[in-house]
Amino acid sequence: MDFLSDTLILSRMQFAFTAIFHMLWPVLTTGMAIYLVIVEGLWLKTKNPDYYHHARFWSKLYVLNFGIGVASGSPMAFQFGTNWAPFSESVGDFFGSVLGFEATMAFMLEAGFLGIMLFGWQRVNPTIHYIATICVAVGANLSTFWILTANSWLQTPAGGDFVDGKFIVKDYFAAIANPFMLKSVSHMFLATLETSLFVIGGISAWYILKKRHQAFFAKSFKIVLAVAIAITPLQIFVGHLSAEQVYHHQPTKLAAMEAQWETIPAGEKADWSLLAFPDEKTENNKWEITIPNAFPYILEFKSRLSEPVLGLKEWTPENRPRMVGLIYYSFRLMSGIAFVLVGVMLVSAIQWLRGKLSEENIIQQKWLMISWMWCAPLGYLAVESGWIVRCVGRQPWTVYGEIRTADAVSNLPAGDVLTSLTIFICLYTVLFFSALYFGSRIIAKGPKFDLPLPGDDKDLPVEVDSAQHIPDSRPI
Amino acid sequence: MESLNYLLPLVWFAILALFLFMYVMLDGFDLGVGILSLTSSSEERRSVLMTSLSNVWDANATWLILMGGSLFGSFPLAYSTILNALYIPIMIMILGLVVRTVSFEFRENSRRKLFWNLAFGIGSFVATLGQGFALAGVIEGIHVDASGHFIGSTWDWFNWRSVVVALTLIQGYVLIGSCYLIMKTTGSLQETHYKTAKIAAITTLIGAIAITTVTPIFSIFARNRLFDKPFIYVFSAIPILGVILVILLLRSLAKKREVTPFIYTILIFLLTFVGLALVVFPYIIPPSVTIFDAAASPSSLVFMLTFIGFLIPIMLFYNVYNYFVFRGKITGN
Ligand code: HDD
Ligand code: HEM
Ligand code: HEM
Repeated sequence: MDFLSDTLILSRMQFAFTAIFHMLWPVLTTGMAIYLVIVEGLWLKTKNPDYYHHARFWSKLYVLNFGIGVASGSPMAFQFGTNWAPFSESVGDFFGSVLGFEATMAFMLEAGFLGIMLFGWQRVNPTIHYIATICVAVGANLSTFWILTANSWLQTPAGGDFVDGKFIVKDYFAAIANPFMLKSVSHMFLATLETSLFVIGGISAWYILKKRHQAFFAKSFKIVLAVAIAITPLQIFVGHLSAEQVYHHQPTKLAAMEAQWETIPAGEKADWSLLAFPDEKTENNKWEITIPNAFPYILEFKSRLSEPVLGLKEWTPENRPRMVGLIYYSFRLMSGIAFVLVGVMLVSAIQWLRGKLSEENIIQQKWLMISWMWCAPLGYLAVESGWIVRCVGRQPWTVYGEIRTADAVSNLPAGDVLTSLTIFICLYTVLFFSALYFGSRIIAKGPKFDLPLPGDDKDLPVEVDSAQHIPDSRPI
Repeated sequence: MESLNYLLPLVWFAILALFLFMYVMLDGFDLGVGILSLTSSSEERRSVLMTSLSNVWDANATWLILMGGSLFGSFPLAYSTILNALYIPIMIMILGLVVRTVSFEFRENSRRKLFWNLAFGIGSFVATLGQGFALAGVIEGIHVDASGHFIGSTWDWFNWRSVVVALTLIQGYVLIGSCYLIMKTTGSLQETHYKTAKIAAITTLIGAIAITTVTPIFSIFARNRLFDKPFIYVFSAIPILGVILVILLLRSLAKKREVTPFIYTILIFLLTFVGLALVVFPYIIPPSVTIFDAAASPSSLVFMLTFIGFLIPIMLFYNVYNYFVFRGKITGN
C-alpha cells in the first residue's frame, strides 16, 4: 500500500476520479441542450403542444444533470491550483486564460439563461424564451470548445516556447488552433450529442415498450433517429481522424493504444491486433488475435505505412505510458461501441423506411426498442474510455514532451490528499446512486400533460408587476 | 511599455476584485439563505426559501468560477501558490459547495425533503466556513520562498483569528440572506427575517470590530500598512463609516423598509471589501509577492482583457435581466 503515502499517485487518482465523475454529467447537458433547441423550435413552428411537453419533460432530466455537472465541475476548476501548482504556474499564461474564457463565455452564458429556460415559460414571450434556450445550448457547447482546446494544447503544446520551465506564448491563435484542437473538439462535440441521443432514444423506447404515451414518445424517438443517422457514421470518421493525429503527433500513445512493442518501419505492411494480452514485465503480448495486413488501412486507408509505427520498446519504461492494457482495451471498447451504435441506427433506419415506426406500428418493434434501451449507457462508456485513452495515454507527461506529471504535482502532505480523495469517493458514490434514483423517478413519473401552455391562459399575463411564483412550483 | 506593465496588473486586480465582490454579494445571500434554512420551523417555510433561490443560485455561484479561471490566467503564481497553501480550506469550501448544489436539485425530486434541506443548510454552512478560513489565511500571509512558491505547512491558516473571521463571514452571509428574504417574502416569514437581520447585523458588527482591532496586533504586515502615512486617514474613516452604515441599517429594519436594508448591507460589504483590498494591495500573496511579481506576461493580460473585458458588461446585463424577469415576491400557497 505504498501509494497511500505518495502524493503524486494520490493526486493523479484524485484528478482521474473527479474528472471521470464530472464527465458523466456534461455529456447530457451539452448534447441534450441541442435536442431541446430542436423540440422548442418545432413547437414554435408547428404549434403542436406535444413538442412543448417534450421540452418540459426532458428539461427535468436536464436540470438534474446540470446541477451535478456544476457541483462536480467546481472541484475541477480549483484542482489545477491545489494539486498541480507547479504545472499551473508554468502554463498559466495560456492554459489559465483559456479556462478564464470558458468561465466568462460559456459557463456564465449557460447559467445566466438557465433560470429563464426552466422557469420563464409564463414570464417572457416565446421568442425570448427560445433565445434563452439557444443561449443555454451555445453556452454548453462553447464550454466543450474551450475545455477541449485547453486539453488539446496539453497534448500538442503549440504557439510558444518553454523558457526555464515556464511557457511563454508567442502566438495565441496558434496556441488555440493547436494541431489537436479541431478534430478533438469535433470528436467530443459528436460524442456528447451521440450519447444524449441514445439516452433520449433509449428512454423513449422504454416508454414505448411499456405502452405509455407511445405516440408521444414515437416523436422523440424519430427526432433522435433522424439526427443519429447523420452523426453516428460521422463519429467513426472523426474518431479515425483523431487516431491519425495521434499517429503523427504522439507516438508513445499510439504504441500503447495498439500494444505495439516492436517498431514497424515505414513502407511495410502490418497486422492489426484485435485482442491481446499486453504484459509490461516481459514487454510483449502474451497472446494476440490479429487481422493480417489491416493496420495501414485502419490508420490511413493505405496498404503500406507512410510513417514508421514506433514500438513501446523504443522508450525506456519511465518515458512511455504505463497501464498499456487499460489504454489498449479502452480504445477497443470505444471503437467497438461506435460500431454497435451505427448498427442499431442502421436497423432502425431500415424499419423506418419500411414504415414500421409509425405511431401504430412502433409497439411491434419489441426487439428494436429493447436494443435501444441497452444502448443508453453505451455512449457514457465510450466517452469515459475515450478520455482514459487520451489522458492515461499522454503519460508520463502532463504537457506532452514538456512537463512531466511527476514535476507537475504540488508539494502536499500525502495525508491531506488521501483525506480529500476519500471524501470525494464517498460523497460521489452517494451522489451517483442518488442521481440514478432520482433520474429513474423522473422517468417513472413521466411527462405532465396538464401544464399550461404559454400564452394560453389569460390569467397569467406575460408581464406582471408584482410577479409571483409559488413555492416548489418548478413546474417543469 | 513600462507604464503598460504597471497598468495591466492593476486593471486585472480590479477585474478580479469585481468578480469576487459579485460572488460574495450574490452567492453570499444564497449561502445565507441556506444557513437560515437550518432554523426554519416548517416545510412550507423552507420551500419558500428554496424557491427564492431556484432561478438565480447557479449564475450566482458561477462568479466564483469566473474569479478562479481569471485568477489562473492573470496571476498564475497567485493562483497556484494560494490554492496550494490553502488546500484544506479550499477543499472544505468545495465539498460544502458540492453538497449544497446537489441537495438543491435532489430536494426538488425527493419525497424526504427534510433530509436534503438539512444537507443544503449544512453544505452552505461548511462552504462559508471554508471561505472564511481561506480569507483569513490570505490576510495573515502565506510563507513563500524567493520565487513565490509555498513553503509553509498545510495548517498555517488555522488559529483562533481565522475562526473569528469565518464566524463573522457566516454572520455577514446570514445578514445579507435575511435582507434578501425581506425583499422576497411577505407576512410572518418576512417578520422573522427582520429579526434575524437585526441579530446578524449586530453580531457581524461585533465580529468586524474584533477583527479590526486584532489584525494590526498580530500581523506586522497589516500594522505597517495601517499606520502608513496616507493610509491612516483612509483606514480611520472606514470603521467610522461602517458603524454609521450599521446604524442606518438597523433603523431601516426597525422601520420595516423592504429594499433599503439590502442596499445598506451591500454598502457594508463594499466598505469591508475596500478596506481589505487596501490592506492587501499591492500584494496578492501577502506579505511578499506583489501583483506585479505574480502577473502573467503583458501580452497574456492584453489577450485576456480583449476577450473577457468586453464580455463583462454583457454578463452584467443578462444577469440583471434575469433578476428583472423574476422580480417580485414569492407567495406561499
Ligand atoms: C463536454 C465537455 C466538458 C468537459 C470535457 C469538461 N466539462 Fe466541465 N462542464 C461542462 C462541460 C465539460 C458543462 C456542460 O459546460 C458544465 C456542466 C454543467 C454546467 O453548468 O456546465 C460543466 C461544468 C463545469 C464547471 C462548473 C461551471 C459552473 O459553475 O457553471 C467547472 C468549473 C468545470 N466544468 C470545469 C471543468 C474542468 C476543469 C474540466 C477538465 C478536467 C472539465 N470541466 C471537463
Ligand atoms: C471507431 C470509432 C472511434 C474511433 C476510431 C475513435 C478514436 C479516438 C481516439 C484515437 C481518441 C484519442 C484522442 C487523443 O488521445 O488525442 C479518442 C478520444 C475520445 N473518444 Fe473516440 N473514437 C471512436 C468513437 C467514439 C465514440 C462513439 C465516442 C462517444 C460517443 C467517443 C468518445 C471519445 C471521447 C470523449 C474522447 C476524448 C476526447 C477527445 O479526444 O475528443 N469516441 N477517440
Ligand atoms: C478537458 C479537460 C481536461 C483537462 C485539461 C485535463 C487535464 C489533466 C491533468 C492536468 C491531469 C493530471 C496530471 C496528469 O496526470 O497528467 C489529468 C489526468 C487525468 N485525467 Fe484529464 N483532463 C481533462 C479531462 C479529463 C476527463 C473528462 C477525464 C475522464 C473522463 C480525464 C481523465 C483523466 C485521467 C484518468 C487522468 C489520470 C492519468 C494518470 O495519472 O494516469 N481527464 N488530466
